[in-house]
Amino acid sequence: MPRNLDYLRETASQTAGPYVHIGLAPGAAGFDIYRQELGRDIAGPNAKGERIRIEGRVIDGMGAPIKDVMLEVWQANAEGHYAHPEGGGPVEEGFRGWGRVITDFETGDWGFDTVKPGRTRGRNVGMQAPHLNLWIVARGINVGLNTRIYFSDEAEANAQDPVLNLIEWEHRRATLVARRTETGGTPLYRFDIRLQGEDETVFFDV
Amino acid sequence: MTTPAEFYQRDRALHPPAYTPGYKTSVARSPRYSLISLQNSVSEVTGPVFGHADIEPGDNDLLTNYARPGESPIGERIILKGRVLDENARPVPNTLVEIWQANAGGRYRHKKDTYLAPIDPNFGGCGRTLTDEAGHYAFRTVKPGAYPWRNMVNNWRPAHVHVSVFGTGFAQRLITQCYFEGDPLIPICPIVQTIPDQGAIERLTATLDLNATIPLDSIAYTFDIVLRGRRSTLFENRLEGN
Ligand SMILES: [Fe+3]
Repeated sequence: MPRNLDYLRETASQTAGPYVHIGLAPGAAGFDIYRQELGRDIAGPNAKGERIRIEGRVIDGMGAPIKDVMLEVWQANAEGHYAHPEGGGPVEEGFRGWGRVITDFETGDWGFDTVKPGRTRGRNVGMQAPHLNLWIVARGINVGLNTRIYFSDEAEANAQDPVLNLIEWEHRRATLVARRTETGGTPLYRFDIRLQGEDETVFFDV
Repeated sequence: MTTPAEFYQRDRALHPPAYTPGYKTSVARSPRYSLISLQNSVSEVTGPVFGHADIEPGDNDLLTNYARPGESPIGERIILKGRVLDENARPVPNTLVEIWQANAGGRYRHKKDTYLAPIDPNFGGCGRTLTDEAGHYAFRTVKPGAYPWRNMVNNWRPAHVHVSVFGTGFAQRLITQCYFEGDPLIPICPIVQTIPDQGAIERLTATLDLNATIPLDSIAYTFDIVLRGRRSTLFENRLEGN
């Protein structure tokens, strides 16, 4: 056992519980309190790049959709820059790259509109394929789950992605790839997250 | 081009595991495969930045932010305050702290909460603020009540405030719950007891701070939050490339 130096220890996580909406999306809880709720607009009207929509469900070990889940999205802009001082470069006015996604309480369906992110640099070498970072909390989830959404129409970039390539079981990489369906208007991607079972989504310890 | 410094590896022994059968809902909602460990790239080291344009000064006062003019919520008036620090004991300034809680009777203002305790017409139950330059935050609220919940038939949550914090990178994102010193329900709560480390539970317990109370007005509790710290970049080695 190494000796403890003068580091503080990280505060322990606790489940967000069933009423996470009160704090983070009070409109969904059923009341109006703040002048503006945060995380409603991931990529403002001024954001450049391809407009896309992503829809899905979070499915529990019984195969049932989770209706009280909240997801947070963190993504780069179309040029591969995050809206952060260390994000790799400037972003356009109105591009936030962060959003909160609430499910329909009856069906568990969620969906959000954004722009497709560009490639970002990898940890040591190479470029990461376009992806969105997701953080998932709900009743019954003790520590928020980190995962990523990649895109089915980026097969070449995905094949070189350093994070996808870390996943030893190649068939599991597919759990991180949203399927593009042509709908005529805005491109729609489908991304279901499975917490358990043979097709369990890959989650990361970041 | 260098990648920004990584956060320290998370010490999972201080956090609940995913699968905690005493907290029944976790059974079907816990991943069973190992998490894939990832060195931080720019995707994890960065995170959303918030500013004073995002919130309003009164958002951190739950005694007034939903009350009708001249009225206030029922309950024990408290100040809940503390600092957000990182594991290097450095303050985390300008970071967003959001809270939510039940009212003094243990009832949430949520369309899915059906507990028979009444809604308080003057209490919304949420607040938010940014930490100052030294990492300090403060809320004014009422002490939440304990409430029963469906797990075993006689489980009661200790009084608690749900707390959400960001830090500077998405890898620091944290939601937790703050308990109150002296509550006999803490050691028998299945959600508290998902945490395997007794010290970590004690650090989730706010401490009475008599010197910070406002005499004849509000009692004060201190709750410090520690987010993951970051490496120094001084001698970062590269496995390959530059
Ligand atoms: Fe609660």
